[in-house]
Amino acid sequence: MSNATLTARNLSRSFGKRRVIHDLNLELKRGEVLGLLGHNGAGKSTTLQMLTGCLLPDSGTIDVCGISLQKNPAKAKAHIGYLPESPPLNRELSVETYLHFAARLHGMRRDEIDSAMTEAIRRCGLESVRKKLISTLSKGYQQRVGIAQAIVHRPDVLVLDEPTVGLDPSQIRDIRALIREQGNSGSVILSTHLLSEVESVCDRVEIMQKGRLIYGDSSDRMQHYGEISGFTITLGNPPALSELESIEGIESVEKISETEFRILHAPDRNPGSQLLSLSTQKGWQLTQLTPLHATLEDVFVKITKENS
Amino acid sequence: MIRLIAMRELRSLLSIPSTWFVMAGLQFILAWFFLTRLEAFLEIQPQLALLANPPGVTGTVGASLFNTAALLLMMLVPMFTMRLIAEERRNQTLPLLLSSPASDVQIAIGKFAGLLIFLLPMIAILPLMLATLYLGTHLDSGLLLSNSIGLLLLTSSYVALGLYISSLTAQPVIAALGTVAILTGLWLADIASPSASPWHQFSPLYHFQNFNAGLLDSRDAAFFMLFTAFFLTLATRRLHNNRIYG
Repeated sequence: MSNATLTARNLSRSFGKRRVIHDLNLELKRGEVLGLLGHNGAGKSTTLQMLTGCLLPDSGTIDVCGISLQKNPAKAKAHIGYLPESPPLNRELSVETYLHFAARLHGMRRDEIDSAMTEAIRRCGLESVRKKLISTLSKGYQQRVGIAQAIVHRPDVLVLDEPTVGLDPSQIRDIRALIREQGNSGSVILSTHLLSEVESVCDRVEIMQKGRLIYGDSSDRMQHYGEISGFTITLGNPPALSELESIEGIESVEKISETEFRILHAPDRNPGSQLLSLSTQKGWQLTQLTPLHATLEDVFVKITKENS
Repeated sequence: MIRLIAMRELRSLLSIPSTWFVMAGLQFILAWFFLTRLEAFLEIQPQLALLANPPGVTGTVGASLFNTAALLLMMLVPMFTMRLIAEERRNQTLPLLLSSPASDVQIAIGKFAGLLIFLLPMIAILPLMLATLYLGTHLDSGLLLSNSIGLLLLTSSYVALGLYISSLTAQPVIAALGTVAILTGLWLADIASPSASPWHQFSPLYHFQNFNAGLLDSRDAAFFMLFTAFFLTLATRRLHNNRIYG
């Protein structure tokens, strides 16, 4: 296919006798952000290391923009930008020197570098620190320098290994916006163990468990796995459990503590408003109502159940 | 690509304060040694002049200065080579190089060249220091040249060995200790063995002795080149194994 930027076929990899990746197939298209979702130790990082040529697969092939990574690594790798789990920063260098080196290392021509660097620095919000030594920067800024390093040579494939770990919420938002932007011009594959990250930036998701891809679909469709119809409520003056259960639409009520309840309802009938009016009528003193969100664990359980 | 990696290495070295301290320290020791040797030479010169074929200032001051430098570098070069790959591994910066279009050979040679370029001024300062004697006397420029070439070859063999040891570990200090231990071992194997022993052949310092005496022997030059190439190849292999064993 012409618009595929990254294709991996039948990748396998063992460390010693332990097989960590089993027959993995992946395809990434231009204009797409693919999320690789899985628990720690599921093989996400190993997969990404293989896709970037840091680790050689035992078997299988990888093509980057139609160029074989195994046969022609120098040419194929020029199309990849990679941010490993911990950003590979030469801390004794200044941000500018480091980015300049990274751009040249990926085969960028001298006359293109200045504009590319200015663009990467602007997109990652590094204008105020461009002359500073990397070692003096905070963790958030260092992570951004790591991302700048990965995008400075305008790669077709951007590979990010848990890009938002250890960042504060506003930084996470900025970086997600940047990933989205990059996904529109090139293609991005990122690994994460956060369901919300997949929901907010990815077009497509592949779920990985024990070295296998167990589920792949568009991010929108995956979200229905993530939906649990229900909420937790806190009542200052709670009624009997049976009274709550009798409200129309409520399927089950679970008592968490004296005043807290976990309520599940049918997906198409939300009893929220009814609950509110009943609460004021009967003086239950409703103080909190929080919709439930599925954890990765819930989604796994659902998916593995359906697949088996 | 090699030049790029070499220049990055050089830049990193120069941005670390301890590098400058070590360089200054080395310069101080060498200058001190040079001056004391010169003073000693001036003291005994009247007696030397009575000899039929007296040793010159290049031989007595220059050659011994080079010999001292060779020994000092044996201790100092590992302090610089330790960082080359071990530090990258410890700081987890190796993926930047491994995922880049640079090949393992280019990475190894780039790092080797970067450190060698850094050490060049340290080596070059020796003949420059001795050249000041031209103000008052004649020097044996052939002896100076053979010593300079010998010291350069010797240093490159130290650097290649240090690079390889550095590629084996993630701890720079262990890399430094390992390199010093091996170099000292080779040196001891040379000075402690009986004269006909084959052990001499393994010692870089043994092969430096001919250069030190002003004798350009292609066998010695070949030894240094082979020694350097051998350890550069091993370092390349080690980098490649990094991709295999993770």
